[in-house]
Amino acid sequence: MQTIYVDNNATTRVAPEVVEAMMPFFNELYGNPSSMHTFGGKVGYDIKDARAKIAALIGASPEEIVFTGCGTESDSTAIWAALRSNPDKRHVITTRVEHPAVKNLGEILSNRGYRVTVVPVDGSGNLDLEYLYENLSDDTAIASIMWANNETGVVFPIDEIAQRIRERGIVFHTDAVQAVGKVPVDVRDIPVDMLSLSGHKIYAPKGIGVLYVRKGTKFSPFLVGGHQEHGRRGGTENVASIVGLGKAAELAAGHVKNDMGRVAQLRDRLENALTSRVPNAVVNGDRNHRLPNTTSIAFEYVEGESILLMMDEFGICASSGSACTSGSLEPSHVLRAMGVPFTAAHGSIRFSLSTYNTEDEMDFIAEKLPPIIERLRSMSPFWQEAMAAK
Amino acid sequence: MWEYTDKVKDHFLNPRNVGVIPDADGIGEVGSLACGDALKLTIKLDGTKHIAEAKFQTFGCASAIASSSALTEIIKGMSIDEAEKVTNEDIADYLGDLPKEKMHCSVMGRDALEKAISYYRGEAEKKVEGEIVCECFGVTDLEIERAVRENSLQTIEDVTGYVKAGGGCENCHDRIQEIIDSILGTERPAAIKKVKLTNIEKIKLIEETLEREIKPALKQDGGDIELIDVDGNRVQVRLRGNCASCSASQITLKHYVETKLQELVTSELVVEEVA
Repeated sequence: MQTIYVDNNATTRVAPEVVEAMMPFFNELYGNPSSMHTFGGKVGYDIKDARAKIAALIGASPEEIVFTGCGTESDSTAIWAALRSNPDKRHVITTRVEHPAVKNLGEILSNRGYRVTVVPVDGSGNLDLEYLYENLSDDTAIASIMWANNETGVVFPIDEIAQRIRERGIVFHTDAVQAVGKVPVDVRDIPVDMLSLSGHKIYAPKGIGVLYVRKGTKFSPFLVGGHQEHGRRGGTENVASIVGLGKAAELAAGHVKNDMGRVAQLRDRLENALTSRVPNAVVNGDRNHRLPNTTSIAFEYVEGESILLMMDEFGICASSGSACTSGSLEPSHVLRAMGVPFTAAHGSIRFSLSTYNTEDEMDFIAEKLPPIIERLRSMSPFWQEAMAAK
Repeated sequence: MWEYTDKVKDHFLNPRNVGVIPDADGIGEVGSLACGDALKLTIKLDGTKHIAEAKFQTFGCASAIASSSALTEIIKGMSIDEAEKVTNEDIADYLGDLPKEKMHCSVMGRDALEKAISYYRGEAEKKVEGEIVCECFGVTDLEIERAVRENSLQTIEDVTGYVKAGGGCENCHDRIQEIIDSILGTERPAAIKKVKLTNIEKIKLIEETLEREIKPALKQDGGDIELIDVDGNRVQVRLRGNCASCSASQITLKHYVETKLQELVTSELVVEEVA
């Protein structure tokens, strides 16, 4: 059976060019860059090269790039670094729609006696900026606000936010895991102090992340050990993945420049087809400020897991904001924060496209999904009630 | 991804007996949109008071649909007295088991069946008995007790899997644990009451904890710690020996010393190193 993969905000395929770039570092060039001998030491040059490529993607200097194990590690490192280097400040600001990497850390900090302000969003998923600015204080050690949301794709006005936070002398971190490779991200234009990105969202492998740390930002390592990354992250470098991420960064620059318009058209094609063919199908989030590859569609009165498993029968891979898929009983915290009613939250499906998707694939989904929704609705007691009430 | 049996998948993809019987003898409706699953069961009896027909409508995940489908297949042909004895375990067994987190789907089937039988017998809709324990999902103490008894549940997680209680804000976890304990007959010693410490008590307790728990552990690595001052909830310490020069000392402070003190003295403490 064919696989139609539209779950790229979860993870992407590793680009063939990336795999090719990595292979020599398993087979032949397996040395440790910290070694004194030439055999190991020379892979240090390949890391240097990759670091420069990643820096170029986001407009940074190579020495501002710290390799980590994943986006989550980058987020944790950034927040702990700001707290440790500002021990007299006990306030943290974040948002209600952050990825669990930040959200759950915020809860832990709150339990440990930090004051944690969580900025709400409106019905379209846009941040309450007034609330954010009003809550900045001299006691604020760090504000951590994502660049773009993973579930709805809503992009925050990070430029303005960064300016306002920096004016107050507060450290600003952004989780840009979903933004990098999809929209332009340039730290020369946007005054962030720290920025997280992840390899496996931009066609590099899982297990490699980056924390950008602006020159002059006070820092304290999260993972302590050897001198790697100039003492900012201990642990032998994941050489092959770093090289792979370097290659992926080159590709990503091309995608942002040349391909995201096409991806957005594919997304719109799918979104329009589904919302016009399926009654009571509503797009979650602000359609005008969105990642080009993401759409979250609520199919009212049906449950997301059932939709996913029926699509699975056709090889269609997407994800859901429903409670039942996560192992928890409550639907997505992002959709709930937006006030999406339960009728819609339980039946929300996220489609996140990649540069590899095609028009035929979108048409295939648009053909197969409407009958699935119809079938599940015919089984749903609420659908009949809702229709009867009309 | 859930590990569903082939039987669950079959009943999900090819559900039996979907629909509503217009002139039903029994109707049972349970669940709600907010909860994420709901089931409407209708049954029709024949001349010998056996269930001739059973139909369902379900809003929910794959296991909710499969459980409903299985329920209708199980009860068809049964007398009302026989149907009354059907348990949620019978539904799970029929499907070759359900993931633990999904057992509430089988409980929902059993509940709908009970309601349909009550309806048929003309019994008044049973009022919500007992007191609500889980506000998020509206689950009462009696429902939790029943699930614990019938399925020999041991943990809060089990209870959440079977009746959803405790799956939301988690505020009711202590109460659920009490119910489990009282049924298992293993009354645990009352949790150490958290009383507000006076400053003197707090400082004493911090000193004791440092001496008894923390110093011995640090000394194993050639390190030591000295209490300098306690300012409100800020515990100021100085690291000695190997700790003083160790680059991991900040980690030790936050992850070990602070956690230990929070655990054994009070959760509000923050540990700081002073020069």
